[in-house]
Amino acid sequence: MSKPKFAMYWSGSCGGCEIAVINIHEKILDVDANFDIAFWPVAMDAKVKDVEALEDEEILLCLWNGSIRNEENEHMAHLMRKKSKLLVSFGSCATEGCVPGLGNLFPVAELIDTAYTTLTTDNPDNIRPQTVTQVPEGEITIPAMKDRVHTLAQIVDVDYFMPGCPPESHQIAAVIDLVIEVLQGKAELPPKGAVIGAGHSTVCEECPRQRNLKAIKAFRRIQDVAPLDPELCILEQGVPCNGPATRSGCKARCPSVGAQCIGCYGPAEGVVDYGARLITAFASVIDSRDPEEIEQILDGIPDPTGQFYRFNLADSLFQAGAPAFKKNEV
Amino acid sequence: MSEQFEPVIICFTCNWCSYRAADLAGTARMHYAPNVRLVRLMCSGRLDPTFIMKALSGGADGVLITGCHPGECHYIEQNYKAQSRWLLLRRVLKGLGIAPERVKLTWTSASEGTKLTKDINSFVEEIRDQGPLAWHKNLQQEKQEKSQHNPQQTPVEVTA
Ligand code: SF4
Ligand code: SF4
Ligand code: SF4
Repeated sequence: MSKPKFAMYWSGSCGGCEIAVINIHEKILDVDANFDIAFWPVAMDAKVKDVEALEDEEILLCLWNGSIRNEENEHMAHLMRKKSKLLVSFGSCATEGCVPGLGNLFPVAELIDTAYTTLTTDNPDNIRPQTVTQVPEGEITIPAMKDRVHTLAQIVDVDYFMPGCPPESHQIAAVIDLVIEVLQGKAELPPKGAVIGAGHSTVCEECPRQRNLKAIKAFRRIQDVAPLDPELCILEQGVPCNGPATRSGCKARCPSVGAQCIGCYGPAEGVVDYGARLITAFASVIDSRDPEEIEQILDGIPDPTGQFYRFNLADSLFQAGAPAFKKNEV
Repeated sequence: MSEQFEPVIICFTCNWCSYRAADLAGTARMHYAPNVRLVRLMCSGRLDPTFIMKALSGGADGVLITGCHPGECHYIEQNYKAQSRWLLLRRVLKGLGIAPERVKLTWTSASEGTKLTKDINSFVEEIRDQGPLAWHKNLQQEKQEKSQHNPQQTPVEVTA
């Protein structure tokens, strides 16, 4: 009997999610032992036409990592959806838009201008990418950027969501173990739409730091607080920590080693808008009733929009900043 | 015919003060602009910023938050919490390119029916000046475009 097929595809992303999968060490041999790897451009050679030639739903498990930034991403999302039985939105880019999603604060034309005109860019003829170019051999095309970044689930139907930037290796290994157990008839799949490979609470729940009543007179950047108290809650020390709104599952990796949580595991269970929850969390620790003083304290968070939506903008209630909705000719 | 823009405004009222002020305005037959939809909460402190974002992304052009005057909160100091949240929310909205003036906070006591109607009327005019927020339209339009074009036919040649 032939083995079930596995695929992993990346779209608008950094590649860290692929590395995280490979980083499960010898567990990767289980993947190989139990699956036939049908398509995984980073790890092996296969062509899109090979995928196109498959029957619908012939791939059992497809881990999709990356945001939907351009038309090719969108096209591939539809293709992989059609060919996969289980499509997993893998990592923060696919699930929330992640850092690529911050592009949603700007019109596309501005993003391209910035990329092609920065001081370190050698572009004397001021060239811009063209979707269609004539070369002696014929016409070549590159995919056009979409007006804004979408999450995978905004484009196609998704079976499971796996948060993290990237998901933690122990979580990936646990999910792969589960799928293998399901294949062997020893376990059942979670309900469709479930968040897998993560916890059900907040990072604060897993955080070993001591929490008291928080009352803050100033927010400061972590490098300006030296030394950080190793035992005490980071937010209580005035350093913005996104733990209170972030989903658990990483074992509070960052605060455990003296860095603030920046929210890479996305919204905690039940949170509708990640930024809104953080506004509540941060506002409630401000120790002042005087609007002027509060404004001064808030000056300590230089970029609140970036602080609260670093990973989650494309999946937030607004999905983008106003400029992204302005149509621009590229 | 050019029609005047009629803003949609959600006004969150506190059970103990501004909702009663609105009641008073009603029984006293005071007039205020019909552009506001009142939503009664037990306290301005119950106002999760999510509600505001939901309102703005769902079609509202402005949000008015009302709470008891400082020092008069039925739950002691929850209106101060509302104040801090509102000040921080304004900054986030600004970062998203939304005029922070679209979300306003006013204090109103239960006896201030006149003040509430004034606050509502002036806010409606302020939002009228701002123009439509159009967030809902932005998101809807895209959905329509999506259903019109069949993604399977996107002319993208891909060779990995
Ligand atoms: S989720 Fe993080 S690690 Fe994964 S591709 Fe996106 S940016 Fe990279
Ligand atoms: S706010 Fe940060 S440091 Fe404080 S308990 Fe939560 S995760 Fe830990
Ligand atoms: S502590 Fe926060 S930023 Fe760090 S890995 Fe966990 S969720 Fe991500």
